[in-house]
Amino acid sequence: MSEASLYFLQQLINGLTIGSTYALIAIGYTMVYGIIGMINFAHGEIYMIGSYISFIVIAGLLGMGMVALPVILIIALVIAVFIASTYGWAVERVAYRPLRGSNRLIPLISAIGMSIFLQNYVVLAQGSRDVALAPQISGSWTFGDPQLFEVSLSYMQLIIWAVTLVCMTALTLFISRSRMGRACRACSEDQGMTNLLGIDTNRTIAMTFIIGAALAAVAGLLLGLYYGVVNPFVGFIAGLKAFTAAVLGGIGSIPGAMLGGLILGVTEALTSAYFPSEYKDVVSFGLLILILLFRPSGLLGKPEVEKV
Amino acid sequence: MLQINNVNTHYGPIQALHDVSLEVKKGEIVTLIGANGAGKTTLMMTICGDPQATSGEILFDGKPISGMPTAQIMRQGLAIVPEGRRVFARLTVQENLHMGAYFRTKAEYEETLEEVLLLFPRLRERINQRAGTMSGGEQQMLAIGRAMMSKPRMILLDEPSLGLAPIIIQQIFQIIQKLRDDGVTIFLVEQNANQALKIADRGYVLENGRVVLSGSGADLLDDENVRKAYLGG
Ligand SMILES: Nc1ncnc2c1ncn2[C@@H]1O[C@H](COP(=O)(O)OP(=O)(O)O)[C@@H](O)[C@H]1O
Ligand SMILES: [Mg+2]
Repeated sequence: MSEASLYFLQQLINGLTIGSTYALIAIGYTMVYGIIGMINFAHGEIYMIGSYISFIVIAGLLGMGMVALPVILIIALVIAVFIASTYGWAVERVAYRPLRGSNRLIPLISAIGMSIFLQNYVVLAQGSRDVALAPQISGSWTFGDPQLFEVSLSYMQLIIWAVTLVCMTALTLFISRSRMGRACRACSEDQGMTNLLGIDTNRTIAMTFIIGAALAAVAGLLLGLYYGVVNPFVGFIAGLKAFTAAVLGGIGSIPGAMLGGLILGVTEALTSAYFPSEYKDVVSFGLLILILLFRPSGLLGKPEVEKV
Repeated sequence: MLQINNVNTHYGPIQALHDVSLEVKKGEIVTLIGANGAGKTTLMMTICGDPQATSGEILFDGKPISGMPTAQIMRQGLAIVPEGRRVFARLTVQENLHMGAYFRTKAEYEETLEEVLLLFPRLRERINQRAGTMSGGEQQMLAIGRAMMSKPRMILLDEPSLGLAPIIIQQIFQIIQKLRDDGVTIFLVEQNANQALKIADRGYVLENGRVVLSGSGADLLDDENVRKAYLGG
């Protein structure tokens, strides 16, 4: 392979890695939108909280002298997912449920308020500066031509791919096969009718917030380990990117969120590889504007099925 | 089995039901007829708690259900085939039927599924097809099948014949009678007054949100005012 194509391959690997985490966060936007038709503007903060919790747990367990890294990471994952899910549930209870049925703008404002609250709450609790964590997973698998360009696929990247794949497969099976997943799809089509079948749709809606938050926390752990730093403001930009990914793929569509995340990640990696890296965000948000202008339903947006 | 006492329902400031009282006894087919906008759908939905009655009392099997949240009411042994069918268009036929049996065990679900598919062979042919791709008549059958899946003691049907071909309407009315023969109590809302009154034990006439007339199906069919207003002479 030529140097150019090896370099390209490296960007693809990096892009798919970041894209996977965008996809994980984007699920939360798309599921909540699918079921209540509103954007959860506090979702980025849930991701940020997931990242903080992971750092705190990992640092704590290391400080206690624990050495088995897989065990540490699994404990961190479980705790981060649990706490972030609780926050996701709370966002629905506090910022959305009491306002259901009112003008659509009102829950949007309360969610932005929730987002500002969570961000500042973390600033107060943890300080506003970067918190760093020494790299936990080092090593990589390299290939290519040492004379031209050596492509490296780090174990951390492999872990991100694998965890994302497992989460997405589990989610897809849950939504398509399980009883609650079916209720979730029914509810996103016709909440009133789902209610008329005896199903408590408040619980179904709460569940989508919880699932979205859990996946955001997984992304928080993965990206936290990948970058090695977290601060209270990472949720804002990651949330915006994931939101872009969800719109790109077609808001409301779960496969769309997955595809949108990957496309956005790869686009960003390629942009920063071949152009000055400041253009990265310009290109992603430019992409968002183009999609909104020319294909507002996104790449895999659900075509409306006409009821006869 | 269903008792509605002096129910009033409002949409904001607009009053849609005025002091409505009626009764459906166990094993009966009772029909409610009335012109477009009379409040028939409002009454059906008020029974289901969506919207809630602003005053009055609704009893199901002697137990007050007015005031309960919709989901809880619908778990008492009551099912609805709503106006406009409201099948889940993106779910398959089987998934729609499964939704109807949400609170039942797998074995119960499979048993009732077989009964429904025997009654509606068309649904068996289309079991894995998305509901939104089916014809209006097929969707209506699916909506009825979905209501049957919870094994309700009573089914509410809101204009099941609306917009369907005469041959399909015949089938739907036959199925309603068969359901009653199987022991399900039926409360049927229809604009198709002639056919509805023919199969009904009793009927009520709703005008501008008020019950103005009631009697046996046969009596109402003979009633001069009913003939003029709803049977075209
Ligand atoms: N969601 C609603 N909001 C406000 N008014 C409504 C609503 N639904 C029905 N109405 C009004 O209530 C009255 C009864 O409507 P409806 O129950 O649908 O009648 P029917 O089913 O007999 O045709 C009508 O005047 C209608 O305009
Ligand atoms: Mg109606």
